[in-house]
Amino acid sequence: MSESLTTVAYLGATILFILSLGGLSNPESSRRGNLYGMVGMAIAVLATVFGPRVTAAGIPWIVAAMVVGGSIGLYAARTVKMTQMPELVAIMHSLVGLAACLVGFASYIDTSIVLSGAEKTIHEIEIYIGILIGAVTFSGSVIAFGKLSGRIGGKPLLLPARHMLNLAGLLVVIWFGREFIHAETVQAGMTPLIVMTVIALLFGIHMVMAIGGADMPVVVSMLNSYSGWAAAATGFMLSNDLLIVTGALVGSSGAILSYIMCRAMNRNFISVIAGGFGTGGGAPAAAAGDAQPAGEVVPISAVETAELLREAKHVIIVPGYGMAVAQAQHTVFEITTHLRGMGVNVRFGIHPVAGRMPGHMNVLLAEAKVPYDIVMEMDEINEDFPDTDVAMVIGANDIVNPAAQEDPASPIAGMPVLEVWKARTSVVMKRSMASGYAGVDNPLFYKDNNRMLFGDAKKMLDEVLVALKS
Amino acid sequence: MPLVIGVPKETAAGEKRVATVPEVVEKLIKLGFAVAVESGAGDAANFSDDAYRAAGADVIDGAAALWAKSDIVLKVRGPSAEEVGLMKEGGTLVSFIWPAQNPELLQQLAAKKATVLAIDSLPRTLSRAQKMDALTSMASVAGYRAVIEAANAFGRFFNGQITAAGKIPPAKVFIAGAGVAGLAAIGTAVGLGAIVRANDTRAEVADQVVSLGGEFVKVDYEEEGSGGGGYAKVMSEGFQQAQREMYAKQAREVDIIITTALIPGKPAPRLITADMVKSMKPGSVIVDMAAEQGGNCELTEPGQAVVKHGVTIVGYTDLVSRLAKQSSTLYSNNLLRLTEELCKTQKVKGDGTIDVNMEDEAIRGLTVIKEGAITWPPPPKPAAPPPAAPKPAAAPVPAAKGHGHGAGAPASGMSAAILFGVAAALFWFIGANAPTAFLGHFTVFVLACFVGYMVVWNVTPALHTPLMSVTNAISSIIAIGALVQIAPPLLGGGRGEWG
Repeated sequence: MSESLTTVAYLGATILFILSLGGLSNPESSRRGNLYGMVGMAIAVLATVFGPRVTAAGIPWIVAAMVVGGSIGLYAARTVKMTQMPELVAIMHSLVGLAACLVGFASYIDTSIVLSGAEKTIHEIEIYIGILIGAVTFSGSVIAFGKLSGRIGGKPLLLPARHMLNLAGLLVVIWFGREFIHAETVQAGMTPLIVMTVIALLFGIHMVMAIGGADMPVVVSMLNSYSGWAAAATGFMLSNDLLIVTGALVGSSGAILSYIMCRAMNRNFISVIAGGFGTGGGAPAAAAGDAQPAGEVVPISAVETAELLREAKHVIIVPGYGMAVAQAQHTVFEITTHLRGMGVNVRFGIHPVAGRMPGHMNVLLAEAKVPYDIVMEMDEINEDFPDTDVAMVIGANDIVNPAAQEDPASPIAGMPVLEVWKARTSVVMKRSMASGYAGVDNPLFYKDNNRMLFGDAKKMLDEVLVALKS
Repeated sequence: MPLVIGVPKETAAGEKRVATVPEVVEKLIKLGFAVAVESGAGDAANFSDDAYRAAGADVIDGAAALWAKSDIVLKVRGPSAEEVGLMKEGGTLVSFIWPAQNPELLQQLAAKKATVLAIDSLPRTLSRAQKMDALTSMASVAGYRAVIEAANAFGRFFNGQITAAGKIPPAKVFIAGAGVAGLAAIGTAVGLGAIVRANDTRAEVADQVVSLGGEFVKVDYEEEGSGGGGYAKVMSEGFQQAQREMYAKQAREVDIIITTALIPGKPAPRLITADMVKSMKPGSVIVDMAAEQGGNCELTEPGQAVVKHGVTIVGYTDLVSRLAKQSSTLYSNNLLRLTEELCKTQKVKGDGTIDVNMEDEAIRGLTVIKEGAITWPPPPKPAAPPPAAPKPAAAPVPAAKGHGHGAGAPASGMSAAILFGVAAALFWFIGANAPTAFLGHFTVFVLACFVGYMVVWNVTPALHTPLMSVTNAISSIIAIGALVQIAPPLLGGGRGEWG
């Protein structure tokens, strides 16, 4: 296959990728978008394998690697549960980062391209940056995976003077970058490159460790973005436009997602990237502790909840991570169907950062076959709460915390929240009175019109369903 | 030894309520108390002695025996002098007392060394106290019943209908005073299908009226009518003049008027004059819920329904008792919540004792006599905070509205200029230094960023997870980088066999 043919194939793949992202703009066309992506990827890989830059010597290796990698990927994707999606996404990001790193090293050692002057400098800068981003993505994603899967605690780890540490790391990286570019031979350049990689890995770890659990959706989408930039940097170092375009697409999409997530949590984008929200928490949370919400928590039983639901006309269900953990979405769907059968208007209110991944709740509800048209976004449904009889909060906490609006001293002040307390009655399902991921106490629980249904969401909902049917 | 909660039969004439219903008896027993109920206490409200027995109460014949046995007495109406005589020395009493109107009763109870909680003295503005607020629960029952009484006396349907026999216009109801009772009346009348208008001197209730489906009628005069503690105050002469004109106009137009206007500690304001009654259509109805305090209507006769100038004027003072089962249930729930509050600070949970904690603002307000010492009226609260100004915190929220096209708020001119300046400098630097090959890639890169930006803004939030998965998959395009590295053609003439 000639150079031009490859280029044209790449162009086709690029268009397909753009269509693929565009297809996601609504649920109906999303499947087609997915298909476009798959076709695009196939074209890109084939065009590369048969293109001028790969010789026949490599084919056995390529086939072997693809079979191994592909089957692992297929297996992982098949066995993964919906609730584990965030972890899967995170670990996949780390692979992209790792690949970018390795390609960077390979490209540096590679002697097939001989450059000189400005071109050489630029090429080396590209390699350097590519490895830097790749390493940060890799270690950051691994930590994110650990946090999401519970292998590492969700509490943010805050080193003293962490901003100074980051800054120092950056300076060292820049200095070694200079060394690297001035290095005469490959051997001489290797030392700065490795030192930089180690620092980048540490930085990635540090960055994600410092981010609190509540910010995980931002982190996941941010790492998504990084993996894109890593691909783009690799594209630059290999002079491959397809990589550049795809990397840029992924990078900007991840960046926008992170931005949306940040806005949904009323957090500054920069401060999340620099690490360590989670945590303005420490001190202010204690301060808020003094102003303990007055009042008492009124528990309710599953049977009483069922009665409330049966007598309601408008019900809004607000799912959170707790529903995902308890795998309660199918029961929720059954309750929904049952109530709708009785003429109750049931809708879902989804907060942009509910769960541990952007759009997490939508995926779960879609998996349980809840129709799209009753699943509402926060902005669409917030003004309907005053007309709602029962707002059922399933395993969510911070996203329904009135302190965000009422208490300017709260660490989550100003974050948009679902105003469930405006409903006639709100029922919060929770395992215990523990505070949410952001570590902030929730005055909602103490409101007069709030009832607490303690217990595992799945078990409790099953009981509610039984009581509803009886 | 748990304390005994006693529930006597109400002795006041026409009083059908009972202070505790069987359902609540069970809960009181769960709290650790023993409960004794006078035989026949719940009869008028359709709660039989057997029901009380089934709930675990001890049913006792005769008031004297019951009073003698009870440490805590729960009642609806304040006790008569006779009942005070029966009371245990040092006992506790919870009921309506109206201490301002009944100073002698207070003295008698104090002489008994009693502790008295007057449910009517609850500080109502305390949101925590709402669950104990019997005035509210009783007022809403009365508001409901007022509409039912009106419907009963009114000769037509409330809702408009179009039937084979012709068109029926809906009834027009005007409700004066949109307090708890007024709002309950609005809700009930709207539920029956009437066209409902309401007025109140407190402008802030307009939204509540509208939210219940009523229409708020304004008095054409500027004056704010909020007194302290959520009650209304007496208005100026000019306002009253404008108000009278408005009422006169409504009287000519509507079929039913329900008046609920009360000002604490004062006779009820005269809103409806005899002339206004005359101007109403024959067959119209007025329900005067303020009859006990003298009535909002000039022609009201407290306790009776009378027909004057063709208009039925209902002046019942026992609206709440006419719905005895409902009001008893609500009232006893209020008392249960109060009892729970009293148990909160007890030393051993569930030991069946109470602690009148005077540090607690709600309980302090309720307690009019503590162990024989009159503690009414409670000391004034430290200067109440001024009505909360609209919270600034609420303002920024709309900014997050819609997740528009293009990035959020437009950058200000200054920062845009800086941004363009920086970008221009960067581009100049790259253009001046970079080789052409790089520029080609750079162009592609920047344009791709923009394409990505445009495309992704259109993705619905519901598909954010698929978007991430897809971009995740697509970013594996980096495999191509690896492919290229696996076996590159060597420049300078093939060393490899397949070169």
